[in-house]
Amino acid sequence: MKAKVYVTLKSGVLDPQGKAIQHSVGLLGYGGIADVRQGKYFEVALEETDEARARETAERMAKDVLSNPIIEDYRVEIEA
Amino acid sequence: MKFGVIVFPGSNCDHDAYHVISKHVGQPVDFIWHRDTDLSTYDAVIIPGGFSYGDYLRAGALASFSPVMASVKEFAARGGLVLGICNGFQILCEAGLLPGALIRNRDLHFICRHVHVRAETSDTPFTSEVKEGEVLHLPVAHAEGNYVCDDATLAELEREGRVVFRYCDERGEVSEASNPNGSRSSIAGICSRARNVLGLMPHPERACEDLLGSSDGRDIFRSLAATLAAHT
Repeated sequence: MKAKVYVTLKSGVLDPQGKAIQHSVGLLGYGGIADVRQGKYFEVALEETDEARARETAERMAKDVLSNPIIEDYRVEIEA
Repeated sequence: MKFGVIVFPGSNCDHDAYHVISKHVGQPVDFIWHRDTDLSTYDAVIIPGGFSYGDYLRAGALASFSPVMASVKEFAARGGLVLGICNGFQILCEAGLLPGALIRNRDLHFICRHVHVRAETSDTPFTSEVKEGEVLHLPVAHAEGNYVCDDATLAELEREGRVVFRYCDERGEVSEASNPNGSRSSIAGICSRARNVLGLMPHPERACEDLLGSSDGRDIFRSLAATLAAHT
């Protein structure tokens, strides 16, 4: 199974990189960009064939390793 | 008293810390490889600056999972003194030994210059020889030194007198202008509830000789040595 893990900064946490990107796209002429938030994306290949167990492993890994729960949220998608 | 300096792949201030302990504190000191786990012979452990594991994933994250950090947690729980400098501070936060996190500097740049910090308390093993309100001139060199924490954590740190250093100007005034990286409440260093774990972004080990522009960092190592001398 494949786990797709999205890690994003919590809504209250300042994202200076996102702000810089927003500024640059504004300079390039993109109008109406209200906000840009930068995050991380992980693809994890699991040998597990049971979807529920694969999700459990990926969720635990996202919480313990891939994200820092003080500043980040995560979302896990499982694909066969 | 015996000191240990932990070495991760990518640590680059380990020799500076070793030099200060052996030359200025004048005490025995060992390098401790990140795979070693026996800290039983040490009184104080320094987690030095650098780019452990290349800052992959998040600054300090991968180092916080290394075998030696499990031992550092036990060492701290037994009351051992732990000093985390720069990347060491990031590692201590990632390991949960200190609250909060260090994120990208407000202005995105890597900041490498001397700043002023105000000692907010003498009531730690690392600042016992520093007067409250004393201004130290220390170098910073980081891209992720912007301290963040939630409101409840900040209130707790303030209430318990655990904000040990704040960025300030040369007169000791704290303002947004004297805050180099956007840290919440201008926090440059905090200690644990038991006060035996200190993390700070500035580099006292790079400020122990006048030739290097400042010797104010010696006060921190002098405090550490005085505390250990009183207890051993």
